[in-house]
Amino acid sequence: MSSANLFDLSAGFYFAALITYVIYLVTRNKKTGVAATTLTIVGFVSQTIAFALRWIHGYSYWLSANPTSGLIEALLRSAPLRNLYESLIFFVWCLIVFHLVIEFKYKIRSLGAFVTPLAAAALLFIDVAGTTTEIQPLIPALQSNWLLFHVFLSFIGYAAFGVAFGAASAYLVMVTESKTEKTYIFWSIIVGIFIIVLVGMGIDFVSLSSSERSQFLQNHFLKSTLRSDSGGVAVVSWIVSIVFIGAIWQFGFGLKKVLENLSITPRVLDEIQYKSIAIGFPLFTLGGLIMGAIWANSAWGKYWTWDPKETWSLITWFVYALYLHARFVGGWRGKRVAVLAVVGFIAVIFTYLGVNLVLSGLHSYGAS
Amino acid sequence: MEKEEKKRNILESIWKSLASVKLAIFILMILALSSIIGTIVEQQAEPARNISLLAKFFGDSFAPTVYNIFVKLGFMDMYRSWWFVSFLVLFSINLVVCSIERLPKTWKIIKKPLKPMAQSGIKSLPVKKEIKLQANLSDVKDVFHTALKESRYNVFEAAEEGSIQLYTQRGGFARLGAYIVHISILLIFIGAIVGVRYGFKAHVNIPEGGTTSVAYDNNRKSIPLGFSVKCNWYDTTYYPDIDTPQEFSSELVVYDQGKEVMKKVIEVNSPLTYKGITFYQSSYGKIPDAVGHFVLDVSSPSGQEKTLWLRHGESFVIPGTEVKGRIVDFSTALTRDRHSNQLITYSDSMVNPAVAIEFEEPGREKYTGWILKRYPETGNLMNGNKVIFKDYWGVEYTGLQVAKDPGVGIVYLGCLIMAVGLYISFFISHKKIWVYITQEGSKGKGPISVTVGGSTTKNRITFEQEIDKIIAKTSQAMEGRSKK
Ligand code: HEM
Repeated sequence: MSSANLFDLSAGFYFAALITYVIYLVTRNKKTGVAATTLTIVGFVSQTIAFALRWIHGYSYWLSANPTSGLIEALLRSAPLRNLYESLIFFVWCLIVFHLVIEFKYKIRSLGAFVTPLAAAALLFIDVAGTTTEIQPLIPALQSNWLLFHVFLSFIGYAAFGVAFGAASAYLVMVTESKTEKTYIFWSIIVGIFIIVLVGMGIDFVSLSSSERSQFLQNHFLKSTLRSDSGGVAVVSWIVSIVFIGAIWQFGFGLKKVLENLSITPRVLDEIQYKSIAIGFPLFTLGGLIMGAIWANSAWGKYWTWDPKETWSLITWFVYALYLHARFVGGWRGKRVAVLAVVGFIAVIFTYLGVNLVLSGLHSYGAS
Repeated sequence: MEKEEKKRNILESIWKSLASVKLAIFILMILALSSIIGTIVEQQAEPARNISLLAKFFGDSFAPTVYNIFVKLGFMDMYRSWWFVSFLVLFSINLVVCSIERLPKTWKIIKKPLKPMAQSGIKSLPVKKEIKLQANLSDVKDVFHTALKESRYNVFEAAEEGSIQLYTQRGGFARLGAYIVHISILLIFIGAIVGVRYGFKAHVNIPEGGTTSVAYDNNRKSIPLGFSVKCNWYDTTYYPDIDTPQEFSSELVVYDQGKEVMKKVIEVNSPLTYKGITFYQSSYGKIPDAVGHFVLDVSSPSGQEKTLWLRHGESFVIPGTEVKGRIVDFSTALTRDRHSNQLITYSDSMVNPAVAIEFEEPGREKYTGWILKRYPETGNLMNGNKVIFKDYWGVEYTGLQVAKDPGVGIVYLGCLIMAVGLYISFFISHKKIWVYITQEGSKGKGPISVTVGGSTTKNRITFEQEIDKIIAKTSQAMEGRSKK
């Protein structure tokens, strides 16, 4: 079995786990909960094997191109963190690790229903974005240990921010008193946009020919719906989207009851949210900003050029610095900081995907 | 008199606002939001590019006006605009003033010696545990003392009538983590300023075999290097069987006052540095109309070998044989067309360079063969003779990024300090523990009751686990003692 097939298999398990977690949320049947955890673990194991297989493949490829390369160098150069596909897979893997840790450490299973969707969304994105699954040789600029550590640590950081995002959005629903609260409306819109973009990409994917799929991110993003060249399609898509967000706003409130029925408390969600950011922030600072700068300096002689990708990681960093100060010294509590945690993760997504989708820059690296 | 006071009040309130975290939150928001503009508007670009971008948002007729407004606001080179830089300066001042305001208080907290606490106080601490033991007071105390010591706590004791208290703290310096991070930010700023003030960023193209003693900055102004650099050769290597570049490399030689002082093959991610000036492999290209030399390694089974530098049309003899060769054609990128089955050149750049050589030897008909640089086996001739196409030299230039940045060391030091500071801030906490040991009932009879209480600045769950472990350890030790 190839690593790509194994990845698909693990994606299947994660989706099954997601559905089971949701059923567990609704039924609160303990056996269902155990089943959800089991599915997640099985998915995780197959993904880990796939990751290892891919590494081994890359290793032999690298050695065939560089017969004189040493063991350590070959291992580092063949680490499966080379392109969008591999880094997203790694992101999902980290997310699941965090999720399992929380599940066993905090003994709360229901958070799974908020973290697995994120993993599922990333996997769906990989599929519909038609990112290449082939093992690609490293172009010269990417042959750097700094870059490797940079990507590795950044993605652990991103996954931690992702968990904070999951906890913060669960928190926002839980503490909502009425549907007219600003934070609840904010929550509905964010969740709505998430789902709409994913579904929109799914539609793009189905309507594109396979040759167009390879350039999907640059040329065809949401072109068959919201950004359609045909005015009618675009208008209808926008109306449907707005109605959909309205529906989430109307019915999302029900989630609050579901959560209340479980053993989850807003306090625990708040703690998980902070904890994740306390892990994510140092990792992202060190990996995302510092090592990225060192890499840029060793490749181009400039550690900082204000190109869009760098600037967006700085923006992300500002948002989380803001979060820490607002929370610890600014006296912000509860909903306001949860909103910041959500905004922070939006910045993360934009840093990683938006810059390649919407803006272009020096780092054409993520676009393949 | 009153005026003086007013003045002082104003100064004081300015100082207070400069020290406030509210201002910090505000500045962080402004920096985050305004930075977005610079990622949308292309920085330092040709006007036409941004006008066409703006036309998408504002329409063709308004775009030039909007463009002019944006230029006035500094959006086209935003991160150097006066207002963005002012925000960075304000940010730094805020950071410094805030730290000056708070550091003395934090220092006091760290230095303050820990005091014993009343039992009721211990019971109201965020983390507390109670256990009962059948043992005597001083045994229990010893066991706790040892357990705390083993967890690297420095233990103090206070004894009262019928009770003993152990108290200890660790990790007070962790409260300095935030200040360490703040200082590191300032260091990075200082390093960046030093780099801009005393360094330069430039570029230079050197043809193979060429030498330069200057580089050119963004405005094409020449910057003397103070020494000269020669490019011996430039080369691109490819991954097997595909046209993905594997490495770009150049061999550079540095001459200082006429003497060769350094020689290095540079690659992307592996530059050359001499006298604080660093040369990075950044691009390459073909020199228009250049005529180069074909570099061939020729050998025969007799073991004779030779490296030849030849021009188009020139002939050579493989040493130790009577085989003659003549260079008759060259292709930058040779391939066989899939449809026509003809040999064609599929690219102008040197992706797959190949040389055609016409061979002649006594008793055989003339024949012509293509020898490809990327596939040395194409040069294996009959009778074990070999012709290896090493390079078509003299037709490419290497593009070098030339940078001098005396501030980079300071920036890296700042980064290192920031990493340390973040580690201290997030992974070390200031922990305090009190253990109150008392005998219940009358003299030396009743069970020993132990109240353990503690507080921590961070990571409460880990702290609770630590306390549980200490208690488990002591219970175990007590059992061990009672068995004796
Ligand atoms: C992006 C820039 C900044 C970064 C990365 C940063 C980093 C940090 C970190 C990591 C902490 C510790 C937080 C914690 O314990 O969870 C902290 C605390 C703090 N920061 Fe910042 N900071 C920044 C900017 C500022 C600014 C501009 C101010 C100016 C007022 C400020 C004031 C404070 C204060 C008052 C504390 C609490 C210190 C204490 O615990 O005594 N920070 N900062």
